[in-house]
Amino acid sequence: MGNILAFCEFTDGVLRSSALSNIAFAREAATHHGGEVIIILVGAGAAAAGAAASKFAPKVITVEDPGLANYLAETYAPIVAREAKANNATVVTATATAVGKDLLPRVAALLDAGMASDIAKTTGKDTFIRPILAGNAYSTVQISTPIICVTPRQSEFEPAAELGSAGTVTASAAGAIDALGASFERLDAQKSDRPDLGDAKVVVSGGRGMKTGENFKVLEELADLLGAAMGASRAATDAGMVPADWQVGQTGKIVAPNLYFAVAISGAIQHLAGMKGSKTIVAINKNKDEPIFQVADYGLVADWEKAIPELITEIKKLKASR
Amino acid sequence: MKILVPVKRVPDPTQKAKIKDGHIDLAGASWIVNTFDEYAVETALRLCENGAENARIAGSEIIVVSLGPDDAAKEIRTCLAMGADRAIHVVTTDEEIDSLVVVKVLQGIIASEKPDLVVMGKQAVDGDANQVGQMLAGRLGWPQATFAASIEVAVDKKSLFVGREVDGGVEYKSVPVPSVITVDLRIVGPKAVKNNVTPETHVYSGEGARLPSLKGIMAAKKKPMVTAKVADYGAEPKAMIKELSVTLPPPRAAGEIVPDVVTLVKKLADVAKVL
Ligand SMILES: Cc1cc2nc3c(=O)[nH]c(=O)nc-3n(C[C@H](O)[C@H](O)[C@H](O)COP(=O)(O)OP(=O)(O)OC[C@H]3O[C@@H](n4cnc5c(N)ncnc54)[C@H](O)[C@@H]3O)c2cc1C
Ligand SMILES: Nc1ncnc2c1ncn2[C@@H]1O[C@H](COP(=O)(O)O)[C@@H](O)[C@H]1O
Repeated sequence: MGNILAFCEFTDGVLRSSALSNIAFAREAATHHGGEVIIILVGAGAAAAGAAASKFAPKVITVEDPGLANYLAETYAPIVAREAKANNATVVTATATAVGKDLLPRVAALLDAGMASDIAKTTGKDTFIRPILAGNAYSTVQISTPIICVTPRQSEFEPAAELGSAGTVTASAAGAIDALGASFERLDAQKSDRPDLGDAKVVVSGGRGMKTGENFKVLEELADLLGAAMGASRAATDAGMVPADWQVGQTGKIVAPNLYFAVAISGAIQHLAGMKGSKTIVAINKNKDEPIFQVADYGLVADWEKAIPELITEIKKLKASR
Repeated sequence: MKILVPVKRVPDPTQKAKIKDGHIDLAGASWIVNTFDEYAVETALRLCENGAENARIAGSEIIVVSLGPDDAAKEIRTCLAMGADRAIHVVTTDEEIDSLVVVKVLQGIIASEKPDLVVMGKQAVDGDANQVGQMLAGRLGWPQATFAASIEVAVDKKSLFVGREVDGGVEYKSVPVPSVITVDLRIVGPKAVKNNVTPETHVYSGEGARLPSLKGIMAAKKKPMVTAKVADYGAEPKAMIKELSVTLPPPRAAGEIVPDVVTLVKKLADVAKVL
């Protein structure tokens, strides 16, 4: 019997929505391993977030220390590994976010654990289904180390719901902190009032065919009308039209909204890898032969310059008529 | 600077995935250097050269390392042709190795080579695992800077200032040497790598990694490539992560081309019910 240690990210005293997918996976893993889900919160504000987190698991461990104010894999990994051992965890999990992907393999190394990255499903105690080859195939892997590290994909696990009763919250001392000479310098954050790409219900993405960053304004207008997050192809982010963290794809964000607009995007496999899981895909492209039309539920062969303003007008009309 | 670059050969991602006996059919596949690893070689070269004069900095060395079957030697030669100095080919089959084995072997090589830096891809685009760099750093007890989109070497060459692509922006992290850097796509941008030798005014093409020149290809034939075995580094060629089977996702149901925006909005509202 083993417990599941779920490393969860939080902001302003509450768990991030991405963390709720992690907990959903952790609960599934707990049924296979016979133990319980233990949430671990590390860093500034961990103690304050403990109460909110305790609604999701029978046990929460918080580790807070001035030396942990900024996330660093070097300082966080030994703490997570230590708590995994101390709490008899056979599975350690974190959502496959930038932090989860940076941290968990390092934790795995400290625990001699095999790791399944970016999983879409679990089928047993030690078997996991994960996309490979840019999502063009799904591999079932079996991991036979005593402890297993797993990063579930946010888009593949429905956020966990609160439990009936709150769990216990225990503060654990950080212990000696050694960043090994590494230091966090600064975060150049992209401020936005739009929803996170990771959990938006609607995503509007633009590609190289938008030509300039200025031209993205019209897509942003469409996005704001729909309460959507903005996305982009690599060509658009590389060209500096829009911020790099808008990139959707194999190496960018993986999204699975109800509605995805691909505007002036050709549909390279690396882009498709990031959005193929969307429920409804709309492609707007001037060239009818582009591969994006092969995955689109609705394709419109048109110039965006004409189609997008029209689309905004029609959606406004629809909204007004309701 | 002495830089170790682990590289993996991967099936060309533009090929269509086919299944045979429950696994990806690789018979007749064509192979390439994992794109991110190619970018890592490019990064190492930019760290070790005066880009404006196209000249290597004295005392710098780039060693590529790959675990893979006999014929992976071809992709290793490609890295040498780009400009790496020598190579270590650990001959093994894909069934024998997993991230843990790769990490143990790399750790053994690092113990004897003692590089100042390990620069590698953030993920191999076949398995898309994105693990080895972080695991290696953890094992070595070295700092790590993953998903690097920019690198600036400090004047004293004792530390690196790395721009990392994270959710919500770019994080800047400083790491001392030795450390492990894993590179992201934008590391090959025109001014993404600054080594304090290449003049500030120099601009790289930004179109990805350099192609081997004819001269480079000729030179690569004479560059040293030693072969070794997994067991030489105290690792056991036994994977703890096993692929049981592979399936292809069901194809998406065919979509339709709509004639105009009005029809599109109508379908989205009434059929898909997403507006
Ligand atoms: C290792 C690796 C990883 C990668 N990862 C990613 C990733 O994560 N995400 C990603 O997106 N890419 C990724 N790529 C890049 C990918 O291969 C493509 O190069 C990229 O997706 C192309 O972007 P695009 O569709 O915007 O540009 P293009 O392919 O140039 O397409 C532009 C499109 O705009 C259309 N267009 C032009 N003008 C108009 C107009 N006026 N109206 C309507 N349509 C118009 C054109 O018909 C064309 O289809 C990766 C590549 C590699 C090698
Ligand atoms: N067989 C291998 N030989 C050498 N390097 C490897 C091998 N497998 C993975 N790597 C390195 O580890 C990085 C990350 O791979 P992965 O964790 O498998 O996605 C790659 O970009 C390579 O630099």
